[in-house]
Amino acid sequence: MAPKKQIGNVLITSIIKVCGYSSILFVGLILVFLLKEGLPALKDVPLITLFNIRWYPIEGLFGILPLIFGTLLVTISATLIALPFGIGTAIFISEVAPRWIKEILKPIVEILAGIPSVVLGFIGILVIVPFFRKFLDLPTGLTAFTGAVLLGLIAIPTIVSVAEDALNTVPPGYRQAGLALGATRWQTIWGVTVPAAKTGILTAVMLGIGRALGETMAVMMVTGNAPVMPSGLNAIFEPVRTMTATIASEMGEVATGSQHYQVLFLIGILLFLLSLVINIIASAVSTKQRKRAERILS
Amino acid sequence: MIFSDIISNMRRKFVFILLLLILCLTACGTKAGSNAPNPDNTEQSQYIDNKGSDTIVNLALAWAERYQTIKPNVQISVTGGGSGTGLTALVNKSVDIANASRQIKQEELDAAKAAGLNPQEFVIARDAIAVIINPENPVDHLTLTQLSAIYRGEITNWKEVGGEDRPIVKLSRETNSGTHVFFLETVIRFSNKDDKTIFSANTLLLPSSEGIIAEVRENPNAIGYDGLGYVTSEVKMVAISSLETPEVYVIPSAATVADSSYLISRNLYMYTPDVPTGEIKAYIEWIMSAEAQQIVKDLGFVPIVENERE
Repeated sequence: MAPKKQIGNVLITSIIKVCGYSSILFVGLILVFLLKEGLPALKDVPLITLFNIRWYPIEGLFGILPLIFGTLLVTISATLIALPFGIGTAIFISEVAPRWIKEILKPIVEILAGIPSVVLGFIGILVIVPFFRKFLDLPTGLTAFTGAVLLGLIAIPTIVSVAEDALNTVPPGYRQAGLALGATRWQTIWGVTVPAAKTGILTAVMLGIGRALGETMAVMMVTGNAPVMPSGLNAIFEPVRTMTATIASEMGEVATGSQHYQVLFLIGILLFLLSLVINIIASAVSTKQRKRAERILS
Repeated sequence: MIFSDIISNMRRKFVFILLLLILCLTACGTKAGSNAPNPDNTEQSQYIDNKGSDTIVNLALAWAERYQTIKPNVQISVTGGGSGTGLTALVNKSVDIANASRQIKQEELDAAKAAGLNPQEFVIARDAIAVIINPENPVDHLTLTQLSAIYRGEITNWKEVGGEDRPIVKLSRETNSGTHVFFLETVIRFSNKDDKTIFSANTLLLPSSEGIIAEVRENPNAIGYDGLGYVTSEVKMVAISSLETPEVYVIPSAATVADSSYLISRNLYMYTPDVPTGEIKAYIEWIMSAEAQQIVKDLGFVPIVENERE
């Protein structure tokens, strides 16, 4: 009996190990492939062309600045929209809502997470785009703002479910202690529960940002895809072109190994780096938070 | 007793499944065999692979469907992907017929020759690019110069071309579309090869023809362009005049394309890897026939005129 148990143990441990290491391997391979296909662009395309403000690949104009700023504009605005809504919903579900509302709300948020982004894009084109054009009196509804609203909608379920899990793991004793000290419900939520779940909430936000950054289809359908350099506050109400939409719409017909192909991969590398930076910030902030908490507790 | 019944039943089932399997295998066998070149036996089923331009894909599908009712032994598979995709596949010898909304480029021709091919060009239909605006917009005609200036970003308000005081929102297809390149060369650059002007940066690049129609239908500020076959009654076509006769405005239609009075029109092509033979030759000949060209008309494209048929 004993050796059999041993074998099973070793087998399962090694399978789990392979699973764990394989994700490192995959990320590594993806990175190697991206670098191999994209880095030659830095050599073949003059830097002055790359860091230009005009993107028109069929005439050899590969200015990626409008694409970078387009992505940043849409992602940051989407985060600003999704953050209060997402965390607010999570707090409501976890702390405030009576049990029966909670049981309805949670599955609905999960359904929202499951809606394919292309469907949201369709709704965007047919409903949100015309609505914003009339309501905000814009030349066209195909703007960065429309994209940000849709992306916010896509990021909210991610933020809600992760943040809500984080709030749930806060021991009930914390809340009871807060209330026992005479704090109101709101004071307890804001002063005790949310700070205690800070790390998890931050992870939720970062995952939400990552979701918004990488989203392609919905953005391509509603932002108008004009590679204009965003300038001034009004830029949010003008069309933009994001990095993901550029790759998606142009990769299909580009000749393998051409300059255009290399530059598209370079954009892929930049997206990779952006999400890496977001992850590093997230983990740096959360470890810092933990250290502080440990210091206080000890 | 019951037990043996079950067993015999199982055996019967087994034999039945075996028979089915054999049937499947033999069927696959004949199909695979027909793929080999066999010019003298045209009665056997033949497979034609047709790929390329998204502009042509609906037309090619309609042709393929009709042709298969006439000649059930010929199977035609039609896929889109764009003119470039189709011609690349032709060079790679993976299709029998490539559809293109532009002529083959010199590089593509060189690549084909290097691969030992001798691509043959067939003009199969004509297509007009209609300039479309919202029906609420009072403007109904533009000169080519005005249209070019709008897309260059020099005219930004409808009142400059006789319309209301509204900003102009320019819509275009993505840069990988053959229609985009054609519009760039014919309208923005006035067919002048030395002209290097490009679309104004704030031109909206929409991923599909339907996207352009949807925005124009809804937005009175918008101007867009699309193949005549895609234009619906919910948008308004603009009459365009040429550089030579700026006072004569022409609305795109089958008649004005056929007599070349409408400027922004182009040929649609099919390419074969070599001089076509057998079923492929028969298919292309049928495409030139009156019956097939009627389908061209039904789908909103312009049939080729008699003397252009070869």
